[in-house]
Amino acid sequence: MALHHKLKTFRLGGVHPDDQKLSAQAPITPLPLPKTVTIPITQHIGAPAKIVVQRGDSVKVGQVIAVHEGFVSSNIHASVSGRIGVIEETMDSSGFKHMAVNIRVKGDDWMETVDRSDTLIEEIKLDSKEIVACIMEAGVVGMGGAAFPAHVKLSVPEGKHVDYLIINGVECEPYLTADHRIMLEKSREILVGIKILMTALGVKQAIIGIEDNKHDAVELFEKLLQHEQGIAVAALEVHYPQGGEKQLIQALLNREVPSGGLPSDVGVIVHNVGTTYAIYEAVQKNKPLIERVVTVTGKSVKQPSNFLVRIGTPVIDLLIAAGGVPEDTGKIVSGGPMMGKAIADLDVPIAKGTSGILLIPKEESTRAEVYNCLHCGKCIEACPMGLEPYRLLILSKKGNHSRAKEEHILDCIECGSCSFVCPSNRPILDYIRLGKTQLRKPKKA
Amino acid sequence: MNPVVLYTILTLTAIGIIAAGVIYFVSKKFEVKEDDRIGKVEQVLPSTNCGGCGQPGCHAFATAVVAAGDLSELHCPVGGNAVMKQVAEILGIKAVERDPYIAVVRCSGSFEHRKKTNIYDGTESCKIAAALYSGDTGCAYGCLGMADCVEVCDFEAMYMDPKTGLPVVIEDKCTACNACVKECPKGILELWPKGKKNQRVYVACLNEEKGSSARKECSVACSGCAKCFEACRYDAITMRNSLAIIDPDKCKLCMECVDTCDVHNIITANVTPEKIQAANEQRLKREERARKKKEEEKLAAEAAKQQGNGTAPQA
Repeated sequence: MALHHKLKTFRLGGVHPDDQKLSAQAPITPLPLPKTVTIPITQHIGAPAKIVVQRGDSVKVGQVIAVHEGFVSSNIHASVSGRIGVIEETMDSSGFKHMAVNIRVKGDDWMETVDRSDTLIEEIKLDSKEIVACIMEAGVVGMGGAAFPAHVKLSVPEGKHVDYLIINGVECEPYLTADHRIMLEKSREILVGIKILMTALGVKQAIIGIEDNKHDAVELFEKLLQHEQGIAVAALEVHYPQGGEKQLIQALLNREVPSGGLPSDVGVIVHNVGTTYAIYEAVQKNKPLIERVVTVTGKSVKQPSNFLVRIGTPVIDLLIAAGGVPEDTGKIVSGGPMMGKAIADLDVPIAKGTSGILLIPKEESTRAEVYNCLHCGKCIEACPMGLEPYRLLILSKKGNHSRAKEEHILDCIECGSCSFVCPSNRPILDYIRLGKTQLRKPKKA
Repeated sequence: MNPVVLYTILTLTAIGIIAAGVIYFVSKKFEVKEDDRIGKVEQVLPSTNCGGCGQPGCHAFATAVVAAGDLSELHCPVGGNAVMKQVAEILGIKAVERDPYIAVVRCSGSFEHRKKTNIYDGTESCKIAAALYSGDTGCAYGCLGMADCVEVCDFEAMYMDPKTGLPVVIEDKCTACNACVKECPKGILELWPKGKKNQRVYVACLNEEKGSSARKECSVACSGCAKCFEACRYDAITMRNSLAIIDPDKCKLCMECVDTCDVHNIITANVTPEKIQAANEQRLKREERARKKKEEEKLAAEAAKQQGNGTAPQA
């Protein structure tokens, strides 16, 4: 237990869900190519990309099919080779329709510019600006889930001084193991990726934060980093939401991001390990973001696995590869159990931000009966942002959004700790999300 | 009399008189002067405090009316023209007549027409479901059926039809206060002019997708076939993507469009089937005439052409 005390963690709140890393020992396996892929043009936060291909065109793997519109946007590349099929509005994971490009797979013909070999390239030839341009070109977005374009994060606004880079290898969501496997299997590449990011940002110090339930990854990086200057690895307590950007900064550097601010306000930029690996591939191998590691897991899944999946592959293909959908499945969730969202259709494609597909058995997936608030204060205790969730629920329900704003509803990181601990099963996060969307919506005239 | 009782009575009386004096002085000194017309206006208002007029309550409306001294901008939808006439009399200004409105439900995707594609077991609230995802049927535009609108209605003018899963507006009770319109996250409820003889006609669908995909989701979805658009003589129907929209201001309630809809999704209120049939026959006759005229013109044009050809060599 002596060691346990040394582990870093954030100060306020948090919960301890059962971590259930069922697929931690499953190596990353490439999924066989699907018959068709559907690539949505809005896979990232920001403006949708503009489609530059037409029905009937042949494309190669890695070819640009949609270009970014504006700075906060991202390029989209063909993840397979073949012929462009229909370009129409297709359902996304939340059921809304967005434009998407359908490609019928034919062979596996890559762009000649992409280096497909496994050799590690350590030497960084590009300078800061070229790296950012390269990442922008490759369409790399944050792969932890929010899918924020990576090049935007790397372009620190003038007047802000960044002195620390944090690499987020926490993966605090239960069940998910995609980042864990990448860290184990691609550790050297990630290290180069970190150096690329350090060059791009001009920072001298970087820390990799890893939750202690992935001790093998911590040890691996400790060994690798023995001779490295300025890069450290830190084991963190298993404590949800340790991987929240603001929580991680506080745990590692004891800096607090101000309300409504960004990590760059306290001199920090945080990137996920998956993103770091994608950046390595983009810069050193000239490979755009066309595939990602997706965990397929669940208590009754036959083979909980980590697949290397081409973007646009339908979810059903992954489920079949993991041994089919078990009969007791109640919900299929995109993402982890704490923050993920149930998907409404199995033909929904894997997007750049899909970190896992989780199958929850029926008895665990149904919501329990809701009782009145006991004012027990457990949600306040659990909130990692120091808010009063039960109050925010009431204010949002009653439509008193201006008051909710005064109570800092917009600081909520939607981690779901409040709903997790509530003994009355109140849908706290549902209403807080509602309040947040109402506040962000432009006012009707 | 016991002196104790006597002294008590005297002391209390004295305190009472002094206190009354103080209260009188304070009430005069700090009196809030309010136009007494505000009170009078408020008395004739329906006192529902529904906010349908755009003011935060009936008192605020009365204050606003008195301050404005003009009724062109302010109208109590609940009281309607009768109440506004009384208000005008109190203030001695001209009453402004307004057409009464009513809320209409612009979705007809009942259980029968719209198959469920997934099960929602989250919080029973349309707003929350709408923030999470598109809904438990394929249609991302349709009614979510969790009765947020019924809940906000202050006049008990709405109920959920258990057979269709759609809200129903009770005509006699709806005051067009706008509460349900504001509440619906999908924008299905809309205020519509009550119309002459309470007759209305509107398209009960909001799905703008192409016909092929819209019909897959809902068997009565507007496919954007534009038959009603072509039938309308008054330019009251416009097409937005693949959705027909009737403009109530231009609509003359001729009902000629109603029967053109192959899924019967142009909804009418208080219109007899005979009128619709008559309108339809009229439309068919008119179309027949137009077709004949066109054919005649075509024949005439061909004849002229032939004549032209025939005369050409001679010239």
